[in-house]
Amino acid sequence: MSIRGVEINIHGLGYRYSTRGNPTFTNLQLQSRRGEALAIIGRSGCGKSTLLHIIAGLNRPTEGVIEFDGKKVDGPSSRWVMMFQAPHLYPWMKVSQNVGVGLKFAGWPEKEKAERVAEALRLVELQDYAEVSVQDLSGGQQQRVALARSLVMEPELLLLDEPFSALDAFTRSSLQRDVRSIAKKLGFNLIIVTHDIDEAILMADRAVIMAGAPGKIVTEFEVPLPDPRQRQDPAVQAMRSRLMDAFHSAAGKPTGADAHGEEDVDTDSESVTQHA
Amino acid sequence: MSNQATSGAVTAASGVTRGAGARYAMAASRGTANFVLGLLILAVLWGIGGYMIATNPKTANFAGFGLLPTLQAFPELWDMGKLQKATYASGYRLGSGMLIAILVGVPLGIIMGRVQWFRKLSNSPFQLLRMISPLSWMPIAVLVFSSWDGSIVFLVAFASVWPVMYQTAAGLSKVDPAWFKVARNLGATQAQMLTQIILPAISFDIFTGIRLALGVAWVVLVPAELLGVTSGLGYAIKDARETLSYDHLTAMVLTIGIIGYALDTLCALLIKKFSWHRGDM
Repeated sequence: MSIRGVEINIHGLGYRYSTRGNPTFTNLQLQSRRGEALAIIGRSGCGKSTLLHIIAGLNRPTEGVIEFDGKKVDGPSSRWVMMFQAPHLYPWMKVSQNVGVGLKFAGWPEKEKAERVAEALRLVELQDYAEVSVQDLSGGQQQRVALARSLVMEPELLLLDEPFSALDAFTRSSLQRDVRSIAKKLGFNLIIVTHDIDEAILMADRAVIMAGAPGKIVTEFEVPLPDPRQRQDPAVQAMRSRLMDAFHSAAGKPTGADAHGEEDVDTDSESVTQHA
Repeated sequence: MSNQATSGAVTAASGVTRGAGARYAMAASRGTANFVLGLLILAVLWGIGGYMIATNPKTANFAGFGLLPTLQAFPELWDMGKLQKATYASGYRLGSGMLIAILVGVPLGIIMGRVQWFRKLSNSPFQLLRMISPLSWMPIAVLVFSSWDGSIVFLVAFASVWPVMYQTAAGLSKVDPAWFKVARNLGATQAQMLTQIILPAISFDIFTGIRLALGVAWVVLVPAELLGVTSGLGYAIKDARETLSYDHLTAMVLTIGIIGYALDTLCALLIKKFSWHRGDM
């Protein structure tokens, strides 16, 4: 697979669900470098999932512009693919058919499609499950199939909307590590929306915090940690404390150890070790 | 995930499949036994009833209704070509009516399931029309259509379109909306959305609707053929009654039952083949 990332520029973006309603966010500015993994963190309702849907072209902004490599985004495309909270696989299809469905839509010849599907399944380590019904897979395996379905399109940008929130801690940890490592290996951009600070630190090169109503980006952090990232690594723990403090400052809460783990930001402090 | 773990998982999955296969085989053989036993009980009751009619001097004239005379009438009707002719005529009307019902009912059901304003607007007229007994349209159908065949096909189509349409709409309302979002995200066109996502997702409901419609159509077809036409199973029954050929009459009635049962079983098999729901049928 040959994938390259994309330069993302978002200018003055605004969105409201109805003409009379309050804006979800206004005048939002955001940039992302080619091949960067960017995490957007924020409380439920701050508009981060809406922002992701707009970046994916699934919703239209009420104001502002999104540009990928200087070209305006005005709809969904197989070049920028989204992974949702649930895998949403098609239960009447086998694993390989689910993975190849986007290629089928694009009219790929059967042989080339089969090769690309096999390669994507190898990347997510499900090559032995190609002919299995997706209904026979565990939640984690299903989310891997959804990942392969996105990767097979060779996207320049993969958008993840809290994609591992429904999974158990071990599966989540393994998928967080794998998605980042595949993105870095293939060179595509990641935008991860999450309320799990640990997830942001383990997966992203940079994290931005969204807060307020209407939502805005209140602060951002580089996450310059080496790979592979371990949850129990002191540098990861230190970054987590910084992000938590920044998050609480943004929300007008007290900072420091007492504030950690409050409300609906998931600190996910379970001691999950990296496993094979 | 190691290869060892993967192959273990696949082996475990195939073990589960084998267990399920054995359970399925047992259930199938139990089903066959019940099928045969049920029919035997019916045949015995029919045989006893026929014997009582034949041995009673007051009812002996109606001995043709018994099991044995009925079974003996089949080769006779076959040789005369009546059975084939009647079955073909009824089959043509049923098939044409059902085809129209499917061609109209499935698209309308999809629109009802997808377009809220159409669903709301169409609810009252469709419910009103659905409640009118199909046979009550017969005088109007005879005026509108130039042939009896056309009138009967219309009645069959009118009776069977509702189950197809409402079942299709109900199926679509249960579909996970995220499937459409994913498909759009992966670049599906509207036509691909229909053929690759919507139709496979609701195939179970469409075939269930067709199965229900078939029952209704069959019930409407036979009485419709009692009026005016000179072919079909309904006409053959009327003809046998008028010529006092009671063995032919019951043979035709039995034929109706056998064909109806066979068509229903075919629909059940199609539902099973196209269903992706676990634990159906």
